Amino acid sequence: MQDFNQTVPIDEVGVKERVSRLNSRSIKKESKVQALKMALSMVDLTTLEGMDTPGKVIQLCQKAKEPHAEMPDLPTVAAVCVYPSMVKTAYKALRGTDINVASVATAFPSGMATFEAKIEETRQVVENGADEVDMVISRGEFLRGNYDYVFEEIAAVKEAAGEAHLKVILETGELQTFENIRKASDLAMEAGADFIKTSTGKVQPAATQPVTLVMLEAIRDYYYETDRMVGMKPAGGIRKAKQALQYLVLVKETLGADWLTPEYFRFGASSLANDLLLQIVKQSTGVYQSELYFSND
Amino acid sequence: MAEEQETAEQVEEETFKPSSPTSKLNFKDVWTYDDAPQSTDHAKIDDQYGHFIDGTFQEPVKGRYLPSINPATEEELSSIAEGTQQDVDKAVKSARKAYTKIWSKIDASERGKYVFRLARLIQERAREFAIIESLDGGKPIRESRDVDIPLAAAHFFYYAGWADKLDYAFPGKKAHSLGVAGQIIPWNFPLLMLAWKVAPALATGNTVVLKPAETTSLTALKFAELCRDAGLPEGVVNIVTGTGQTGSLIVNHEDVDKIAFTGSTEVGKIIMKSLAGTDKKYTLELGGKGPNIIFEDAPVDQAVEGIINAIFFNQGHVCCAGSRLLVQEGIADRIIQKLRDRMETLIVGDPLDKNTDIGAINSEQQYNKINEYLELGVNEGAEMYQSSCTLPEQGYFCRPTLFTNVSQSSRIVREEIFGPVLTIQTFRTAEEGIEKANNTAYGLAGGVWTDKGSKIFKVGSKIRNGVVWANTYNHFDPTSPFGGYKESGKGREGGLQGLYPYVKLEN
Repeated sequence: MQDFNQTVPIDEVGVKERVSRLNSRSIKKESKVQALKMALSMVDLTTLEGMDTPGKVIQLCQKAKEPHAEMPDLPTVAAVCVYPSMVKTAYKALRGTDINVASVATAFPSGMATFEAKIEETRQVVENGADEVDMVISRGEFLRGNYDYVFEEIAAVKEAAGEAHLKVILETGELQTFENIRKASDLAMEAGADFIKTSTGKVQPAATQPVTLVMLEAIRDYYYETDRMVGMKPAGGIRKAKQALQYLVLVKETLGADWLTPEYFRFGASSLANDLLLQIVKQSTGVYQSELYFSND
Repeated sequence: MAEEQETAEQVEEETFKPSSPTSKLNFKDVWTYDDAPQSTDHAKIDDQYGHFIDGTFQEPVKGRYLPSINPATEEELSSIAEGTQQDVDKAVKSARKAYTKIWSKIDASERGKYVFRLARLIQERAREFAIIESLDGGKPIRESRDVDIPLAAAHFFYYAGWADKLDYAFPGKKAHSLGVAGQIIPWNFPLLMLAWKVAPALATGNTVVLKPAETTSLTALKFAELCRDAGLPEGVVNIVTGTGQTGSLIVNHEDVDKIAFTGSTEVGKIIMKSLAGTDKKYTLELGGKGPNIIFEDAPVDQAVEGIINAIFFNQGHVCCAGSRLLVQEGIADRIIQKLRDRMETLIVGDPLDKNTDIGAINSEQQYNKINEYLELGVNEGAEMYQSSCTLPEQGYFCRPTLFTNVSQSSRIVREEIFGPVLTIQTFRTAEEGIEKANNTAYGLAGGVWTDKGSKIFKVGSKIRNGVVWANTYNHFDPTSPFGGYKESGKGREGGLQGLYPYVKLEN
């Protein structure tokens, strides 16, 4: 196993140059339609507010099942992501579909709870029907250099999650450097993460393309070493279809075709779905419709 | 006897052999980009161009023309005049007249204004220039649009600024112009090389006779239109097209005061010989075989990107290309694997498509030369890896290529290929890396990749190259001097140093 006291050097200027070069890929016409639909199938529809209600969650699940009533042949989104207290509601609403229930557990978003509480919360959400658990790492311990602690915690949550897929949120906006982001990615994957995820969406900056590229490269190196494919989920701040397509280019040219599926790539975004729908409709009708034509769940 | 054999085997095992990992990731097309070709409506190219002499386009005296071919389609784009002795005489005469009567006499600040105007006109017509550069030379529009043309304009801006500040450029000395500058430029960066030469020459008060390369003369001829639009006095810039023969007529012309040449080492040597004993000033910017040194502690993913950029930029038609990769042993396998995967994502094809990473090889001649080297490499026992992309059926295209299992003595390591071909060697200690890097007849540019600042300075200062990039490659700026050691040339272009070749200094 990697010695986490060592650092994998990352050159920030180089990362940003690479991203800006990838952003110049031209995606239009058929290629764009395909990408928009692909992006839609990768969305984790999310509602993570203190004022969430069962009604709101049920409506969100409805939207997940049928993103846009006028276009019935659209792909459904990958998952609906909710707080632990809403897992049962979402589970009921999505029963019988391919759409997963994801729950943020482990004292989301701060992660400031005891180890035991986090494990207990994880067990509970899985018991209540979550297919996916989005956990946050203990950033305080990580920044102190207490990598063993962070590692053990992820490994324990992974164990508690059992069959459920574990997405590990690094909260990259709090990790300060690309080197730290790389280290946290390596650590999470070694500890058993099925997915690594940038952000809770509660801290700025949330997902950015340079950060995503660094994490994709970590996934690539881990795959070279172990043959295990880990997924990637940028989350927070991705609102526009155009941004989403740029993320897909990053994946396509860093990890290749095998990662371009909802199984290995997700968008954590609540408002992205509507812009994707707007653009998909635009591609088929040639005109932009008012946003009011799309449900704002 | 048996024992001896064993030792031989052991020795063989110890020599490094990359394990040649196969491409591990799957870059097949589940989702492909749509073609995004740049429209050429914007670019106007005449069927035929004469020489630009004395402010007008003039038919060549002997009436001979050469075809200008689009290397991506093998179709004829236009035809350009072939310069003979009479044409060169006319051009030099025009330049001399403009020098004595006007250009050496006007205020330095006036000269500066003209050069500024040229810079702005290049910017204004950047799109058209980018398209023509790609049509004519085969380079991807992304590079001509984002690198060549903006940098060419930047050089004019930079030297325009020096025109009225020459008294402060060389403290205690007075700078005088030389007279007529004969300038011969290569086909890899046509407009950019023109800018490197014309901008400082004009800013320092010289007039110009320029010969662009015969395969890529069109942007120079377009630039002639800009000179007219800028109201530049007639004869200050003259452009004579033709082959190397025409170039040699300029070099040997008795009324030329300075020669600036960018091109092959072979031709550079001929020029040096013919200039020996004359009082012409000269600068030569010649071939290269740039070492790109990657240390174990480098940011590996960014280094891989840097290697790609160093060798595949402009199809490898870059004299300072990082064509010799030197990797520290411990990370060699990993780097090679990553390079191979990365190469699979390079899009080779239509230079005018915005998605294209690698365009067409500049000419049939160059295409054949590269292929000869590929064959030579394989015959020398090197292991060749090429990306699996599909190539267009028409045009001169070459797959990005890696050679492993090469040595310092291999010809593909020693000679400049000028194509998308990289050789990879390993080293163990920094000293070994430096020694290998310097063990070449060339010395134009190189790269060092390490996360350790002290190592950058230690290694960088020991590499005998005009330019050493650290953790990047092929970045240019008009304020920075560029030029070679050893067989890579003499003199510097760019920056304050780029003024020297165009001035006489007096106390």
